[in-house]
Amino acid sequence: MSDTQAHTESHADEPHAVPLWLLVGVFGLLLVLTVVTVGAWMVDLGSLNIPVAIGIAVVKASFVALYFMHLRWDSPFNGAVLIFAMVFVALFISFSLIDTSQYQGNVKEAGPPPAEIEGLEKLAE
Amino acid sequence: MTTTHTPPPTTPDALPATEHAPHNYLNETRGIWSWMTTLDHKRIGVMYLFGVVGAFFLGGVMALLLRTELISEGPGVAKTIGDAIGEGWEDTYNQMFTLHGALMVFLFIIPAIPAAMGNFVLPVMLGAKDVAFPRLNLFSFYLWCIGAFLFIVAILYGGLDTGWTFYTPYSIDESHSVFKGMIPATFGAFILGFSSILTGMNFIASIHMLRPKAMGWFKMPLFLWALYATAIIQILATPVLAITLLLLIAERAGDIGIFDPSKGGDPILYQHFFWFYSHPAVYIMILPAMGVVSEVISAFSRKHIFGYHFIAMSSLAIALLGFLVWGHHMFTSGQSVTLNAIFSFITFFIAVPSAIKIFNWLATMFRGSISLKTPMFYAMSFIWVFSIGGLTGIPLAAIVTDIHLHDTYFVVAHFHYVMVGGTVFAFLAGLHYWWPKMFGRMASEKLSMWSWLLIFVGFNLTFFFQFIMGSHGMPRRYADWGVKLRELGFDEGQIELFSFCHKISTVGSYVMFVGFLLLAYTLAKSLLAGKPAPRNPWGANSLEWHCSSPPPHENFATQPEPNDPYNFTGWKYDSDIDGFAACDPKPLEH
Ligand SMILES: [Cu+2]
Repeated sequence: MSDTQAHTESHADEPHAVPLWLLVGVFGLLLVLTVVTVGAWMVDLGSLNIPVAIGIAVVKASFVALYFMHLRWDSPFNGAVLIFAMVFVALFISFSLIDTSQYQGNVKEAGPPPAEIEGLEKLAE
Repeated sequence: MTTTHTPPPTTPDALPATEHAPHNYLNETRGIWSWMTTLDHKRIGVMYLFGVVGAFFLGGVMALLLRTELISEGPGVAKTIGDAIGEGWEDTYNQMFTLHGALMVFLFIIPAIPAAMGNFVLPVMLGAKDVAFPRLNLFSFYLWCIGAFLFIVAILYGGLDTGWTFYTPYSIDESHSVFKGMIPATFGAFILGFSSILTGMNFIASIHMLRPKAMGWFKMPLFLWALYATAIIQILATPVLAITLLLLIAERAGDIGIFDPSKGGDPILYQHFFWFYSHPAVYIMILPAMGVVSEVISAFSRKHIFGYHFIAMSSLAIALLGFLVWGHHMFTSGQSVTLNAIFSFITFFIAVPSAIKIFNWLATMFRGSISLKTPMFYAMSFIWVFSIGGLTGIPLAAIVTDIHLHDTYFVVAHFHYVMVGGTVFAFLAGLHYWWPKMFGRMASEKLSMWSWLLIFVGFNLTFFFQFIMGSHGMPRRYADWGVKLRELGFDEGQIELFSFCHKISTVGSYVMFVGFLLLAYTLAKSLLAGKPAPRNPWGANSLEWHCSSPPPHENFATQPEPNDPYNFTGWKYDSDIDGFAACDPKPLEH
């Protein structure tokens, strides 16, 4: 955050023009990556299945943010804000998942299986 | 609309210090319509001020009813009300504390300082004419009104009694009678969240874009740093509240199993969602308060603020660390042991930036030339009560002691020391500090001082005795507490202690109430017959004291030269105007 950054952006009013070939190129790349996603789904990588799928998705999302959303030419501060927001989402989801996965075992051990509860509900009706 | 006006002929700096600008934002245009459609941040701030004070009054009435019910064992005032509305008295009691909490948190504490005072002061402190997005600002105010309206609908439509946290499974259980208000209330909180997000966005954009070139980040008044840090939290955390409440409404209305275990949901997940917003929200409440205190302490010590950079950065540190501690509200919920340990550990860290602020304020006062005016009394009370509130948070952050103190009056006392002792005292400090600027009238110092004394003593009487009760095991949220205590195996001697503490606590709340009535009388009197305020009654130096009281519609005719907001050497006390006057034509450079 530089002191003068907010005031020196002379081009702030005029939108940055992205050359058409670049937009088409990124679009093509996204299509290719979509094919890769489908391909990765067809190959069983075991425990790597989810990380690979998420990895491809992150790459695709980054291209969208950088080129279609112009973050590449924008003030780096806006990029930092985006990454920061993503970190917070990741933090929230991962902490909540740590929790759920830890006590889920206990719940399964102690409580009746879901099928039985559904049965009870039907009885009550 | 007010945008077509021409600026007043004289620049504010050319005016004599006491004379009111011929035009100010209050008399610029007249009529209720000119207020309802105004884009002037000052008018929007004033409308927020009246709104949040109204909510505070309603929430306060609920609090008084609660304390009156608890003064003795067995049914009391809750029975009278319950009979009138056809509810059992315990259910009525539950509704009262739910409404007290929800009104105070969502309608008062969260918007009080940022939306009311921040709106008024932020652009003036920047030397700007308005916030970055004036229309969005008015829109946020109307969102607040819609949220408030939905809360009233919730009350009239049958109330709710889940506590202000809307915890599942209680909030998705339709089987009990007091429930119908659930959806309007959560939807109201949802809308209020948007009001809060938009205000935060507006403040961030204003601070980035409207700051004069000469005002670097570290030349801003600390109140702006506090509002900036608050706005970050508002933008990052409040959407999660919105998601949570939408999920809750979906669960209720659409019968989807998100939180309901019988449909494969997870009730603890609700608490994760809720506290991921609501712990950071504690800092939405307290950071602006700390900003006010930084301004007031320095101005009334007539001394440059000590440790400016540390205070500014600790606001950011609090904003960020505040996101990593939400699980400390869930130690006894069955949350995983690993997470309990992590959350407890990080919670201890958050004491560091808060303590940095406290010590810097004390260092500012040290060897200052302290002038004991009402805002300073409130700011010093803030340090006292907030320290108690903060320090009693430590046994609640440590897992071993929290197991015992959880859901007792110790918790109730702790968070009231933080919210009332913190936010409300700072709100009152700011209210007295900026009152002359807002309305151009001085309030009676003598009456204000008395109301401060009553509020301060009443507050401590009310809540200090709750620490004693809580540490002896008095559980919170029971209407019929005598019966509950005997059920828990307390002997008569202990019950006598609790009985005594409850009585003192209730009497304390009445003392506080009298204090607030006196405060309202004092301020109303000053509006009608107060002495006209000089431009700078306190000798402070941030830019709002450079324009007239009350400020003209556009604040400044020409953009003022920013200066060190904590260098007071340019102002000398002038007994003729009972305020401060600039010592030489160019006092503001240093
Ligand atoms: Cu918390």
